[in-house]
Amino acid sequence: MISISDLDKKFGRLHVLRSLRLELEAGKAYALIGPNGSGKTTLLKCILGLVIPNEGEILVAGESVRNHWRYREKLGYMPQIGRYPGNMTIGQLFSMVSDVRKASTDRDEELYEAFQLEKMANKRMHTLSGGTRQKVSAALAFLFRPPVLILDEPTAGLDPVSVEILKDKIVREKENGRLIIISSHIMSDLDYLATDLVYLYEGELLFHDSIARLKAETGEERLGRAIAHLMQAHLPSNA
Amino acid sequence: MNFRTFLTVLLFLLAQLADARVLRVSKQGPFRLLSQAVRAARAGDTISIAAGVYSEPNVLIQKPLFLLGEKGAVLDGQGKHEILTIAKTRVTVQGLTFRRSGRSNMDDYAGIKVHDAHGSRFINNTFDETFFGIHLSNTDSAYIAGNRLKATAANEYELGNGIHLWKCRWARIENNHITGHRDGIYFEFVTNSQITRNQSRQNMRYGLHFMFCDDNTYESNVFSKNGAGVAVMYTKGVRMLNNLFEENWGAAAYGLLLKDIRDSEVRGNRFLNNTSGIYMEGTSRTLFENNLFRGNGWAIQLQASCDGNTLRRNNFAGNTFDIATNGHVVLNTVNGNYWDKYQGYDLNRDGVGDVPYYPVSLFASLSEQIPSAMLLWRSFLVFMLERAEKVMPAIIPVDLRDNQPQLQPHDLHQRSR
Amino acid sequence: MFQLIRYILLDIVRTRFLLFYTALLLLSSIGMFQLDADTGKVLLSLMNIVLIVVPLISVVFSTIHFYNSYEFIELMLSQPIDRRLIFWAEFVATALSLVLAFLVGVGLPLVFYGGAVGGSMLLFSGSMLTVAFVSLAFLSSVLTRDKARAIGLALAFWLYFTLIYDAFVLWVVYQFSDYPLETATLVLVSLNPVDLARILMMLQLDISALMGYSGAFFKLFFGTATGAWFSSVLLVVWSFLPVVIATRIFQRKDL
Repeated sequence: MISISDLDKKFGRLHVLRSLRLELEAGKAYALIGPNGSGKTTLLKCILGLVIPNEGEILVAGESVRNHWRYREKLGYMPQIGRYPGNMTIGQLFSMVSDVRKASTDRDEELYEAFQLEKMANKRMHTLSGGTRQKVSAALAFLFRPPVLILDEPTAGLDPVSVEILKDKIVREKENGRLIIISSHIMSDLDYLATDLVYLYEGELLFHDSIARLKAETGEERLGRAIAHLMQAHLPSNA
Repeated sequence: MNFRTFLTVLLFLLAQLADARVLRVSKQGPFRLLSQAVRAARAGDTISIAAGVYSEPNVLIQKPLFLLGEKGAVLDGQGKHEILTIAKTRVTVQGLTFRRSGRSNMDDYAGIKVHDAHGSRFINNTFDETFFGIHLSNTDSAYIAGNRLKATAANEYELGNGIHLWKCRWARIENNHITGHRDGIYFEFVTNSQITRNQSRQNMRYGLHFMFCDDNTYESNVFSKNGAGVAVMYTKGVRMLNNLFEENWGAAAYGLLLKDIRDSEVRGNRFLNNTSGIYMEGTSRTLFENNLFRGNGWAIQLQASCDGNTLRRNNFAGNTFDIATNGHVVLNTVNGNYWDKYQGYDLNRDGVGDVPYYPVSLFASLSEQIPSAMLLWRSFLVFMLERAEKVMPAIIPVDLRDNQPQLQPHDLHQRSR
Repeated sequence: MFQLIRYILLDIVRTRFLLFYTALLLLSSIGMFQLDADTGKVLLSLMNIVLIVVPLISVVFSTIHFYNSYEFIELMLSQPIDRRLIFWAEFVATALSLVLAFLVGVGLPLVFYGGAVGGSMLLFSGSMLTVAFVSLAFLSSVLTRDKARAIGLALAFWLYFTLIYDAFVLWVVYQFSDYPLETATLVLVSLNPVDLARILMMLQLDISALMGYSGAFFKLFFGTATGAWFSSVLLVVWSFLPVVIATRIFQRKDL
């Protein structure tokens, strides 16, 4: 579904992504993890076209990302911190995004309803709490039934009930054959949601395999511990 | 019946009494051509010319006659010759139309050329496409009134002057309308004359142009839209009263250009919408009073070569620059004028501003030296520079100031005579 | 595109600043007309507003607005929309709102007090200057990531075009005053939108100054329609050139 080859990105002197190669398949959920500043968000933004890579290519469903924009119809994006035009109401925001995506019918309003956003449709974005804004982001990401979902810290800031609603939704969509990329630091969530693991360290791909296999190799039951194992195995050689 | 017509009739009757005859020129005879009548006439006779177009080369008159054009009487020069020449006699020409004289800078062809014909009179004639209109030399006490002169040409060398006087005294020139000539009115060595209520418009060069013409009075004339405005030079004792100088635009156009003029008066005139209202150099001891300067680029351009002039009781309004000068030393008096740009105050309420007004702006001086800088006029930079100059004068002459700037414009309807 | 512009316009109109700007222009224009009966003089005063205040407000407001719209731009960028389209929608909406504010704030009093015919060039120049400085604001916004630096840059643009550049021109004509400089001055002045706007307005409001004895060249040039057309076309070019450059930079910008 998404094919990344030799992806290289520098911000000035900072080398954020180094010759990254990655194949992401539909029907799987990828946990994108790594220490702070390892390039997770940059990678996601490269896929979204928000950040322009220096080298390499990203293909989404066979279509190059560079200088194109139509492929983004296949993407749903939930940013780490959802920032929206402050003067817009929730209702306006949803109708505007629907407008520009030209998708008025066949919307997936499951989360919109589950989070009870309808009741707040007239509230302006700048009056919303961080959690509510996360709900808006989540609902927007799923709204157009995109085949690829990119979720940057999706559960951060959400109340426990909403976290469960979102997690259920993610699992369901994965089973519907969508490709899901989740960047998160909450291992328990990833353990529950993800099928595969992508581990970035200083812009390099350190590990990419299925979580089941990782657990089997490390002999750990929980993802967190398995990753700790993994890091111990890799880091000394890197340091 | 106005006074002049009355005089004409009276003269006519007097001519009859003095055994003077009336000779009639018309297509039916007795005289078919003016020259025939002139040949037949005796001194003091009247020649009356009937309606019709008479084309004959250069009629020369050397005896005192009264030429009276009836309505529709036209003398046509066919674009080839001078039409009428008057020499060494006293002639009156009235009511005739002169059309299409020859054009020659060598011979200065004219509708009427006059020399040594003292006391001649030219009244209510029409000049249509003549090279020079009325061309007088060495003729004293001429009376030129109510004539209409109109010429058209693409180039200045194809035009002569409308009313042209050389070496004349005691002339009276009134109520003439001159348009499209090279200079509307041109004088050289003309003295002690009265020029009143004439309108000189859209002439290619100057509306009025004179030099070496002392002690003349110009009153209530209109000089409008002439190519270079009005230029007067090398003269003393000029009186310019209640004239209108307007709409003279251009790189070298002036409402009134004064060059080497002294002991003169410029009073009660209006200078409206000229590139430069008055431009003066080498001008001395001249009084500028009760004039209105409105909408000019420069109201007055005062060159450093001017001294002893007085500018008082004038109104300055809506001019881009009030006064520009190229020098630092100020030998002229500026006092008691109204300036619309004055921003001072009047605490004792006597109608006179309590702080002096400096009519020379920094930028006016600057663009005097560097004309290209004019393209920066009204920019923020220039605004700042002017403000700075007001606080710390460094370039503009501080002596050029009006110590008694008026808060209200002078009422110029009570004109001085 | 129109959808986007509509949404951005709605957003801008909701910020009270634009209303404040309109009211400020409206009050000062009406005030000037009240204080001075001479329409010509009022137009000249309004000219100063157009030359100084309008560019300043336009450039600062647009820069701030651009940074305040970062969320919106980010949101839109993750949607299937062309980057250029988003950028231009922002530009058009910002310019349009400021031009409207100007036309209401200055144009309405002008029409009301009967100066609309004499002030047509003022309205045109003011509108074009607004667009030009919105354009410059967008350029400074894409040149740096930092809001404060972008505002600094925007102010620098303003200062440069209203003051520093003219000082430079004055210095040049002063240094080379012995040479025929008409063409050179004209070219120099054409490189500054503020100067172009100023000359266009002067062509209508204060031609006497330009028609002065600064040489037959200016008369020849400005006395005809050619001069006005030349300046107008250049001013329009100026209004869009910075934003075209900005678009190219924005195309490759990381967000």
